[in-house]
Amino acid sequence: MSKLRVWVEGIGLWSPHLVDFGALRQVLAGDVPAPPPKRPAATTLSPNERRRAPEGVLLAVEVAGQAVSMSARDPSILSCVFSSSHGDQPITDYMCATLAQAPAELSPIRFHNSVHNAPVGYWTIATGCHAPSTAVAAQRASFGAGLLEAVSQVLTGQRPVLLVCSDTAGSGPLGEVTHCSESFAVALVLAPVAGPSSVATLDLQVLAGDTDDPLPEPLAQWRRGNPSATSLALLALLNQGSGRCHLAASTGLELQVDVVRIDKELAE
Amino acid sequence: MLGDCRNYRVGLRNQLPIPLQPANSDRLLGKVRHAHYAFPMTMPMTPLAVTAYTATSALGHGLAAQLDALAHGRSGLRLNDFSSADLACWIGRVDGVEDAAVPAALADWDCRNNRLAWLGLQQDGFVEKVRVARTRYGANRIALLLGTSTASIGTTEEAYRRLDADGGFADDMLRPAVHAPHSLGAFTAAALELTGPCLTVSTACSSSAKVFASAERLIRLGVVDAAVVGGVDTLCDSVLFGFNALELVSAAPCRPFDAERDGISIGEAAGFALLERMEVAPDAPRLVGYGEASDAHHMSTPHPEGLGAELALKDALSRAALDASRVDYINLHGTASRKNDEVEAALVNRSFPATTRASSTKGYTGHTLGAAGIVEAVVALLAIEHGVVPGNLGGDSPDPDCGESFAWRSEQRRIDVALSNSFGFGGNNACLAFARAGFTA
Repeated sequence: MSKLRVWVEGIGLWSPHLVDFGALRQVLAGDVPAPPPKRPAATTLSPNERRRAPEGVLLAVEVAGQAVSMSARDPSILSCVFSSSHGDQPITDYMCATLAQAPAELSPIRFHNSVHNAPVGYWTIATGCHAPSTAVAAQRASFGAGLLEAVSQVLTGQRPVLLVCSDTAGSGPLGEVTHCSESFAVALVLAPVAGPSSVATLDLQVLAGDTDDPLPEPLAQWRRGNPSATSLALLALLNQGSGRCHLAASTGLELQVDVVRIDKELAE
Repeated sequence: MLGDCRNYRVGLRNQLPIPLQPANSDRLLGKVRHAHYAFPMTMPMTPLAVTAYTATSALGHGLAAQLDALAHGRSGLRLNDFSSADLACWIGRVDGVEDAAVPAALADWDCRNNRLAWLGLQQDGFVEKVRVARTRYGANRIALLLGTSTASIGTTEEAYRRLDADGGFADDMLRPAVHAPHSLGAFTAAALELTGPCLTVSTACSSSAKVFASAERLIRLGVVDAAVVGGVDTLCDSVLFGFNALELVSAAPCRPFDAERDGISIGEAAGFALLERMEVAPDAPRLVGYGEASDAHHMSTPHPEGLGAELALKDALSRAALDASRVDYINLHGTASRKNDEVEAALVNRSFPATTRASSTKGYTGHTLGAAGIVEAVVALLAIEHGVVPGNLGGDSPDPDCGESFAWRSEQRRIDVALSNSFGFGGNNACLAFARAGFTA
């Protein structure tokens, strides 16, 4: 198999510590960025939808909006791959608690918000996007496996794709077994060719392996606290300019990703 | 109309995204919003061989049970005897799941969904066929792509029903991997000893149709040589009470496309297929196309004019380089909800001639949600292999909106090309196209 190459055109990021990718760059430069507001702004949603939307939707829509804005792409034609290890844990907690006590009282809106593709559903509705959209999961490999799905769509369809990977913090008794200590979300807009918004190239290879790339603190701690934060290995390289990282794609299989930032490539 | 696309597409091959012409969108899509369809032109795909397939549903275990029921108009629905509290409805429950233990070495994965997965894998020699493929290609050269909407949420529900005195999960429920959407994918990877890319697709009721698309992409790129695709969903309180809260569940057996239809019957099922390149199995039926599109309309109601469904259909036909008139059978999503069936019947009426036969099989199996895509892909493959058009069970008083294509009774006829529609919450639409080996458009 030859290398799979895609261009990064947009990066979105949100956690209780990071309002966007710029904040991560500040952290890596030794600064302390201002903390984000308690709820992601998710301004792509209409005010009504924003009020009604559950946390998992706000989180995913926030980073998707950031990445698409940076890419200057029209979101209505971007194919969407939304990945999450656990989906919306506060909703799952609500559903299971209600079903255990008074199943007939289950909220219909919370039920339709409980589907794993609720975030991508809200996103496509908010942006008028009729392109293909999918919602996927692969436990701790959710970012790597989602990236592979997104890259395969970019390269076979020769079209830009929006990748989002997000997980809310754990909630209720369920939180005891998911071990998500805080929420984390990342988004990338990926394209098949270089364009005016390109910020980096990614060369991917699918290899057997289970490499755990070292990360500086506090990134290493953040990575332990949320499956979507496995993406920090790649985000740190996108900040640094170039290098190689490894992302789990399934049990015993990983993506080896070589990153080259465009400005650096041009300078060389 | 799509034949036209084929003629000029040839000259455009290898070029970058070509917007659909607005005039074209207008004609294909009717008078709905059409300013945004600057999609890349869909290129025809190299078909893939479906070298093995199987399904287990309320109709029974394996292909023979499905075929027998479909050919004879026998429903697998029964009065609800499953939910943890009373709920007056009919369900498509699979017999024997309770006794279908997972392999002892994988006991940590035990739950109803994974038991049904393992039961489904035992049918029609599927595990053995995967073993042969594993030997041929290597375990890490086979992708495993499964769709589910419930995963093992039924076990998380159970954990909440019997929390410890301290409010936490009981000891036997402290199995993190089971309480996650990827439970099905990770369990099946372990059970089939596959180490290639492994992904769970969870787009509600289109989940296990979309896995065919993901598989085709990975094979085309050379990331893998083959793929096991499929899906499993099991009955649980979440879906029974959830759809009930949305007032989408009928108190009677569901009646797709019937004038008096009043809601769905929820079912459970497991299904799997093995996809390989055509050269290794020239006589196997083929996946010739797939289409995916989004409604961008509403979380739990389809687009009133079936916009996403129509885009998915056009995408599938373009990828298969097929004109709609060449389609012999289409297995409809046909849930028996008022709205879905109204929108889908209109799509059939305006897209296909009467020679294309159409039916929903939800009256046999119930709506198996995340497993509906693979179960109905299997129905399409059985239609091709055995020349059976399943009658649209439950449509005793056909909705007058349904046109000549609807097959109200089972028919015997040669089927060369069969489609399957799958639509999910969030406006998530998929369409699959299968063809007999050797069929050329």
